Order: sequence, then C-alpha cells, then structure tokens
Amino acid sequence: MPPPQILQFERPIFEMEEQLQKLQEQSNPSAHIKAAIRNLRVEIKRKTREIFDNLDPWQTVKVARHPERPQTLDYLELVFDEFIELHGDKSFRDDPAMLSGFAKLEDRKVMFVGQHKGRTLDERNAHNYGMPNPEGYCKALAKMETAAKFGLPIICFIDTPGAYPGIGAEERGQAYQIAVNLRDMSRLKTPIICVVIGEGGSGGALGIGIGDHICVLQFAYYSVISPEGCAGILWKQATPENSAAAAQALKFTAPNLLELGVIDEVIPEPLGGAHRDHRAIASTLKKSLLKNLKSLSKVPVDELPDHRYEKFRRIGAFDEGGISDAS
Amino acid sequence: MSSVPKQDLDSWRGQVSKPKRGVPEGLWVRCDGCHATVFRKEVDKALGVCPEPGCGHHFYVSAATRIRQLLDADSFEEWDANLLPSDPLQFADKKSYKDRLVSEQKKTGMKEAGIVGRGYMRGRPLVLGLTDSAFIMGSMGSVVGEKLTRAIERATEKNLPVVIVSGSGGGARMHEGILSLMQMGKVSAALARFHEAGGLFISLLTNPTMGGVAASFASLGDVVLAEPKALIGFAGPRVVKSTVNIELPEDFQTSEFLLEHGFVDRIVERKNMRTEIARIIDYCGK
Ligand SMILES: [Zn+2]
Repeated sequence: MPPPQILQFERPIFEMEEQLQKLQEQSNPSAHIKAAIRNLRVEIKRKTREIFDNLDPWQTVKVARHPERPQTLDYLELVFDEFIELHGDKSFRDDPAMLSGFAKLEDRKVMFVGQHKGRTLDERNAHNYGMPNPEGYCKALAKMETAAKFGLPIICFIDTPGAYPGIGAEERGQAYQIAVNLRDMSRLKTPIICVVIGEGGSGGALGIGIGDHICVLQFAYYSVISPEGCAGILWKQATPENSAAAAQALKFTAPNLLELGVIDEVIPEPLGGAHRDHRAIASTLKKSLLKNLKSLSKVPVDELPDHRYEKFRRIGAFDEGGISDAS
Repeated sequence: MSSVPKQDLDSWRGQVSKPKRGVPEGLWVRCDGCHATVFRKEVDKALGVCPEPGCGHHFYVSAATRIRQLLDADSFEEWDANLLPSDPLQFADKKSYKDRLVSEQKKTGMKEAGIVGRGYMRGRPLVLGLTDSAFIMGSMGSVVGEKLTRAIERATEKNLPVVIVSGSGGGARMHEGILSLMQMGKVSAALARFHEAGGLFISLLTNPTMGGVAASFASLGDVVLAEPKALIGFAGPRVVKSTVNIELPEDFQTSEFLLEHGFVDRIVERKNMRTEIARIIDYCGK
C-alpha cells in the first residue's frame, strides 16, 4: 500500500493514528498503555470531528478532490449489484469521462450515467480527469432517452471539474450539447436522481444534473465556476489565497446549497470524509438512492416533467417592484 | 430598403476607443476590425457597422438600440422591468456585488443585463429578449433567468414566436453563484415546453456569446443566426489555450467557425437582420 495522501488539515489526525499504531504494536501492553490506547482512540475521533465540522469552503474543495475519495467506478462496485456498460454515443466516439449503462440496485433496474475522473495518473489521463467532451453529453442523453423509453429510472453521478475546454470540444459543440441535455432532461418521463459525489463543476455538471431529486454528498461542492477560475477573473490571480476567498464567496458547500434551495438532500459522509471509509459512504448512498427511487416511483411518470419544471422554476433570487437602485 | 427609422440612429456605448488628441470626444471612433478611425455618425447610420470599404466590422450596440433596429417603431412593450437584482450570496470580491450592481446600473442606464418584452417586426407580433454585454458582461443571474423564463412562458400561452438576442461574454454570473448556474436549467426547461407546444424560437448570437448562456438558451434556437465575426463558444479562448497549450485556429470560436462546424444556421449582417428574421417567421407559419 502506498502511503495515504494527507491533506494539510488532516495531519493532526494522522499523527495521532501513527502514535496509536505504535502503542498497539507493543507486545504485552501494560494497563497503563491499554488506557492510553483507549484515550487516544477517543481523542482521534474527537479531533477528526472537530476538524471536519469546521472545514472552510476551500478545505471542502480539497476533500471533494481528494485522490482517495470514492469515484464513480468505486460506487458502481460498492453500491450497485450489476453494471452493464453501454458505450455508444452514436455520433463521434466513446467518451471515457462519461460512463453509462444498465445497473441494478438490489432488485431495481436503473440506467446509470456518471462522470469518472480516475485515480492514478494513467487512469486520470484515460478518463480525461472526468472532463467530458460533447460526445459524453450526447452519450449520456442517448442512454437517458433509452431509459425513459423502457421505463427505467435514471441515476446520474456528478463528479467533474467541468466540461473539457479543448479545441475539439468547441468544434463539436460543447455548448450546444450541454444545452440540449438541459432542455431534454427536463422533459424525460422517468424519475431522475442526481448525486454530486465530488466536484460539481459548472455547466459540465449541470449537463447531467436536471433531475427530480438532487443530492450532494456532505463534502462535495457544486458551483457556477471553480474557485480557481473565479479567483483568476475577479481577483485577477488564482493564487491559493484568492481561490480560498473565492470558495468562501461562492457559497457552494452542501449546507449552502440546501439553504439556497438548489438541492433536496445532503448525504452525510463518514467521520473524516468519504475517503476514510468507502464502504460506509457507499452504504449510506445506497440507502438514499433506494429511498428516493421508491418515493419517486409513486409519481405517475407523465407528471414528472411538470414537477421537475416547477422545481427548477422556483430557483433564483431577485427583488420585484422594489426601489430602482440596489443601494 | 432601409428598415430603420431615423430615431434608431442613436448613440451606442462600449467599445468606443479614446478619441485622438484634439478630436472632440465621441465624434470619431477607432474600428477594431480595420483599425481605421471612422466618423461616428457614419457608423451610427450603418446600424453600428464600420462604413470603411471591405470592413463591415459589427460594433457593439446596446439592447435599447437593438430593439429599435429590430422592431417596428415604438412597438416594444417591456415586460418585468421591475425585476431587480438582489445579492443572495452577499458576494464580494475586491468590490461588493451590491456596489458593482450600482456602478453597472449607473454606467449603462440599465437595471440588469436582460430586457424582455413584446413587439412587432414588420407587423409580425413576437416576444423579444436581449442580453446586453455592457452590464456585467451580459452575464445571466437570477433576473435574466427569470425574465427570459417568464417571457418564454407567456410566448407559450400566446403562441408567439420568440427571438432572443444574446450578448453575453460572462455566461452564468459568478456573483450569484449556483443560482446563476441553475438559471441555465430553468430557461432551457421553459424552452423545452415552448418547443413541445410548437413554438418558434430564433436565437441570434452576437459578440460575445459564451459559457452558460451559450450552453443554454442561446444554442437552442429552431434557427440559430449569428452576426459576422462574433465570439461564440463554451470555454473562454484563454482557458482553452492554457489547457491545450497550442496555438488556436485563427477563426476559433467565431460565427464563421461555428457555421463551418454546424452549430450556426446562418450568418446575417446587421442591416439584413430584420428581413431575415421576418422571413423565417413566415416560413414557420408563425
Ligand atoms: Zn472597420
């Protein structure tokens, strides 16, 4: 096992865990050491909770991007009982940043669509760091239409820094494909559940994000622009300090999103974040998916698009008929 | 045939260069296309297009000017002018969003980046929406999203064609965060219902149309028109360049580039815009 990747603010936890390991390695520990082990365990929990209860938005972004955080392929393994991948976008090529296919969740058959980033350098290159090209959005929509045709609910996992900003992507209509997905997802006559599992990067995330129930994992984020991108434009330089300030200003953490009325549910992560316990987050996520599939299955499919419309229709904040200047 | 009444030839703001020494401000402007210094009155007369032979550069024109250029005189009835931006995130970068709104309102004389309403184009009734790139780069926040959505909903009820003129370099407005992103979904969903009801949507792309505006309503026209040489795309050219690390094609993300790749139906010069749009409306029986 390679050494775990540690974020700066996680360091105190790992230091205590190292200490704990050393104590546990002692053969015939004295009662004194046994007590120390017990205390340390409690202290580790306390410290972890303290750190993760007080993450600032920029630290949350770091957790959302943590290399060991579970990704789409991990969840396909841990949450779903079967995944039959369907590769074809029928227009240009198979986009490895966007995965789709039939999946089974216990006895429920669904269509799965999700972005995948990859973990090792090779994987990340192979999946283009989770940044889909237009054909990825095209594939996603094609599979969703198949799902609607055959009455399968759709589950979308969002985890992307954004849609790929490349020359080919522009030539093949990145803007158009995302727009079409927004338009057509809004009318699909089948339940759609969207889960932001890590990064919800702008239009690239929204391109598979029009659904009936929108969830965000506790330390995921969902934003109009990356903190670095925002810092580069509004603070003129994407330094870590400016990016942290932008992260604060953009109000994109799960509690903020809930408060702004943009999402329906925050899915709690295990102590210390999803990367500390893949199985635990998978189990929580699975329960949420099953619960929401069940409740959405009670809505007649013909009514779903209008409910979905009303849901997005309500979003926004403005003054109506007030005084003319914002002063 | 000149389709624009005399009063349309009003002033326009934006990309007006500093006058040369000794030249009264505003009398002359420098053209970004041919770099000639041209007589401002001549530009105005040509609907904000450079009069130099062989140039034809399309200058920025304000939403108000565009309304006069496109619609029959005095036929525009603005809707939802009382929708004003708020500051839901209490956003501040180096400047607070509140202050920025006030200074943008002062600078442009507009309350927001978007205007919607109904009017007549050569006698044809239609719903018109515009974003003005002078107001926070024409970016879409809650007000632009709400105004466009209401306009599309009314057009659906009244069975009127919709024309939206996009001029948005800023895409979804950062200062309203995720709420701006969601406006993309909201407006696109309204267009989906309009589309199902058989509505005609003509999208006119002007310089610039980028990001979240390009990736939502602006791309969804039954017919997509663009003014010549407008910058249109998803990612900003600087972002693309720093990602791919090679020189970008010379016409990258221009109207001509989009036409070549199949995402724009026609490139239309400003002087022909009214005629073209009216003709499309007639073809679609609206
Ligand atoms: Zn010129």
